[in-house]
Amino acid sequence: MSVTVQYLIIVFGVLAVTLGIAAMLIWVERRLLAFWQDRYGPNRVGPFGILQPVADFIKIMAKEDWIPPFADAPVFIIAPAIIVVAVLLSFAVIPWAPSISVADLNVGLLYFLAFSSLGVYSVALGGWASDNKYALLGALRASAQMISYEVFMGLSLMGVVMLAGSFNLRVIVEAQRKLWFVVPQFLGFVIFFIAGVAETHRLPFDLPEAESELVAGFHAEYSGMKFGLFFVGEYLGITLISALTATLFFGGWLGPVLPPLAWFFIKTFFFIGVFILLRAALPRPRYDQLIRLGWKVMLPLALLNLVVTGGIILAAR
Amino acid sequence: MIYAFYIAAAVAIVSTAMVIVQMNIVHALLYLILSLLSVAVIFFVVGAPFVAALEVIIYAGAIMILFVFVIMMLNLGTQSYRTEKGWMRVWTWVGPVLLASVLLADVVYMLVSPARLPGGGRLPPAFVRPYAMMVGPRAVGVTLFGPYLIGVELASILLLSGLIGALHLGRAVRPESFIGPVSAKKPGSSKKTDRGEGTVKK
Repeated sequence: MSVTVQYLIIVFGVLAVTLGIAAMLIWVERRLLAFWQDRYGPNRVGPFGILQPVADFIKIMAKEDWIPPFADAPVFIIAPAIIVVAVLLSFAVIPWAPSISVADLNVGLLYFLAFSSLGVYSVALGGWASDNKYALLGALRASAQMISYEVFMGLSLMGVVMLAGSFNLRVIVEAQRKLWFVVPQFLGFVIFFIAGVAETHRLPFDLPEAESELVAGFHAEYSGMKFGLFFVGEYLGITLISALTATLFFGGWLGPVLPPLAWFFIKTFFFIGVFILLRAALPRPRYDQLIRLGWKVMLPLALLNLVVTGGIILAAR
Repeated sequence: MIYAFYIAAAVAIVSTAMVIVQMNIVHALLYLILSLLSVAVIFFVVGAPFVAALEVIIYAGAIMILFVFVIMMLNLGTQSYRTEKGWMRVWTWVGPVLLASVLLADVVYMLVSPARLPGGGRLPPAFVRPYAMMVGPRAVGVTLFGPYLIGVELASILLLSGLIGALHLGRAVRPESFIGPVSAKKPGSSKKTDRGEGTVKK
């Protein structure tokens, strides 16, 4: 009985913490961007403006929830839910601390890749169902971009899998006791992080929504909480990629003095900060440049990384 | 766990049926994704999590491509909806349904009559006792690159030829580098051809 209760606490705790982080990131991002651009950012609601997400939430719930008459209503409604569900389900395999994870799957990494490939449908279906040329262009861009970058996202992680000898995220963390995988797998880390930015379609790779050319891309027709779900899904995606980067390449919960959970959060928030800094620092590439980078630079590099890592492991045996 | 199997199987059957009877092609594709996801759940329940994950990764990507093709090549709208509806008359599907239900009855008979099965068993053991044999990534890898290596190699050659074919069809055609049936004559001759690609004068 107590085991069941403990498990339920973990399940709902993970759910609440991830949703809480995603909501707070809206405020964190605006404050950090403002800091780097030498202005204040939202600082009125509560101390340091920390209650800004609450105000935003009240506002977005009070907005008119408009479904365009020309839209394909069922698909239009289901699309924003898909990304939130897919990303939240991916959090199930993340080991937060030695005893805190929802599911200890032996194919954990593949499970994450499977759900990240389902996330594409949200953007593509949302753009298609809007029946709007900007939305459709955004959706087509998103599907090409996310499918291209997914290919070597998986390949870049195979080096880690070979070194750890398992797809299980807990085993991968335990295998980094002596040395974080970022050292032997630096190339894999860089490729995975760039692919992660493209998967979450964040700036500089936010071509699917590119507001300067496509109005708002795939979510041009969305309003109210449906738009809010796309928004939350994006921040959940950032948190997921940051948590995975920390888990796979930076030793997850491992670290001296502080408790494991604290180390996990420190590492995850560091990468969230990098995500936001990327947005503040980098311009958006052209679309053909993005795809060319993916197939002509990243894919060969990922394959090279795979072959070299495999060769070294085979030679060392 | 056996309930999870039957629920997933029911979802798979219903969603697959919906793929066939949907008038809107994109909605049909959505049901196809659902059908594949439920098959992945079945794999997971009978103890093959690796195959389940691959099912989602590979098929989800593949259906996405189909989805893009539908958007790009078919002009969806009320007209295509009406065309589809015209094809779905009663007499078009009664025949196939009757024939398919004969097959279904055959399969059910095979499953429930123990004497007909070569091993004498009633159902495959994995269905009766889930997790009786867990097939992990290592087992799949050892089998693929051991006894079935030739199959893997053949499949990769097939995929490579597909890749080369796609590259050939999708390459940018520059007039000076065009080598084809039309430029058997002097390259750069401005003669009109039916291909239209190699005719630009330098």
